[in-house]
Amino acid sequence: MKNLQERMRDVFLEQIYNRMHDDDRLFIVTADFGSPVLDKLRKDFTERIVNVGIAEQNLINISTGLALEGYIVYAYAIIPFLTMRAYEQIRNNLSLLAQIKEMNINLIGVGAGLSYDMSGPSHCALEDICIMRTLPNICIFSPSDCVLTKTFINYSIENKRPKYMRLDAKPMPNIYKDENMLDINKGFCKLVEGKEVCMVSTGFMTHTALKVANKLMKEGIHIGLIDIFMIRPIDERMLFEELSKYNCVVTLEEAFINKGGLDSFIASILDTRKSKISLRRMGFGDKYVFDIGSRDYLHKLNGLDDVSVTRSIKDELL
Amino acid sequence: MLDQKMVKCLTDKASWVRQETLSIHQAAQETRLASSLSAVEIFVVLYYGRLLKFKPNEPDWEGRDRFLISKGHGSISLYPILADQGYFNKKELNRVCREGSFLGGIPDPTIPGFEAVNGSLGHGLGVACGVSLALKRKKRKEKVFVLLGDGELYEGSVWEAVMFAGEHKLDNLIVILDNNKICMLDYCRNILNLEPLDKKFKVFNWHVKSVNGHDIYQLFRTLTNLRNGKSDKPKLLIANTVKGKGVSTLECDPLSHIRSLNAEEVDKAIAELK
Repeated sequence: MKNLQERMRDVFLEQIYNRMHDDDRLFIVTADFGSPVLDKLRKDFTERIVNVGIAEQNLINISTGLALEGYIVYAYAIIPFLTMRAYEQIRNNLSLLAQIKEMNINLIGVGAGLSYDMSGPSHCALEDICIMRTLPNICIFSPSDCVLTKTFINYSIENKRPKYMRLDAKPMPNIYKDENMLDINKGFCKLVEGKEVCMVSTGFMTHTALKVANKLMKEGIHIGLIDIFMIRPIDERMLFEELSKYNCVVTLEEAFINKGGLDSFIASILDTRKSKISLRRMGFGDKYVFDIGSRDYLHKLNGLDDVSVTRSIKDELL
Repeated sequence: MLDQKMVKCLTDKASWVRQETLSIHQAAQETRLASSLSAVEIFVVLYYGRLLKFKPNEPDWEGRDRFLISKGHGSISLYPILADQGYFNKKELNRVCREGSFLGGIPDPTIPGFEAVNGSLGHGLGVACGVSLALKRKKRKEKVFVLLGDGELYEGSVWEAVMFAGEHKLDNLIVILDNNKICMLDYCRNILNLEPLDKKFKVFNWHVKSVNGHDIYQLFRTLTNLRNGKSDKPKLLIANTVKGKGVSTLECDPLSHIRSLNAEEVDKAIAELK
């Protein structure tokens, strides 16, 4: 499959690198987290990259200061440490301050969901969508492939507000063909049109959902699939219009459920509009994953692989 | 340097600021009085001694020196100064903590003259380091001043920033430590001893000076030297202060941080200052 080896972080950092040549407002701050592109960037733009060391609190604070002086800042670190070690810095210096002052800070987090499977629960991120949704004034971008990831560069430069970008750590095939066909301001894309049941997924789980839709299609069962790549802001009216075509919505996320993540977001859309559409939430329950194994193995253990999801949908909803 | 007349003028200003701060506290008991009183001379020297470059009618003027207050709870005494300088109407001082006022118990950046969020301790220095780095990269000449409390030195994030500033030789950064030696519940030396502070900053490659933080002449002279000095290091001025300075009942009280004075006590304290 084409682009199989592409990683979101490399694709996005390459975009930043390309833009830094003709836009001297771009500045990268890293908490000792790297990539081959960053090595190149460090060599060519010594004045606009700084490594704060393994110090995520300072990563956010330094980025805040740079952004207050007009730089477009990319703060780069592993997701749990970026979002959770520095949560209060993000709350006070981005979420709160951005309500008063214009600040363009882009938090580039790597390691969505279980993409650091072998590193264990400290490195996995099952809480980030939920906790970042809690904070006002921060945009949340959750791409499912590298084509989407590329589109974010223009958005990140043009929208002068704090943003959180949750990138998968593993290489993965592309879902989208052409970035020009994507409407980033809409926030979602209908990948499969179906009947009765529609899956709503984000990030890596959109790949699983596609497999599920294709499996069922071969059996003559057509269920829909919507990929949510911008959790905020998103065109809720248009999203609800799409969801209204179905009797049941299944949310699929590599995150805790019933805690404020994608499932809670969809629930609030349905609830606000007094919708009768039923909601089935699929994700991780109220406990951490200590099992050792690949992402696929861990998904199987937790009923989130394509076979288990297909079975659940058939057994429960069809 | 300051002549005798100017020292007298700034000393009188400091007394006026203390009286105004007490009046604010009388009407708004939520304000932290003792912490605000230790920093009075620091604020007076910066604003009335013109050690800061600023334009009250243009708070975001690009040519201003940036002043970040990291110990936000202890800066109620800056309200009368900002009002007096013209950042906002003096009448607002009578409305601190009242419904509809923009002046709260802890200042926030909606108030003209405040650069960032400062209620939570341990953030100001790191943000200031980012501002300093940005100004250096843009080859701008403005300075970045920070007011740091000694109690917030317990926050690990402060030391992340101390390490960063020393390593990157942020020579446009001038930190004033309001070293009043008392936290919320006790003297710092009885909690976890912070001393020797000068040596700790020096090993992180900082240029360090110490003064009596209530001595207008010394404060002005040392800050002027730090501002104009040739050192390529970030600068720390340890201003040795007294928490609750100017109010005798607060000065010796290790619990002064959480003490509020009633109306009668405030009147007495103001009379003491006159």
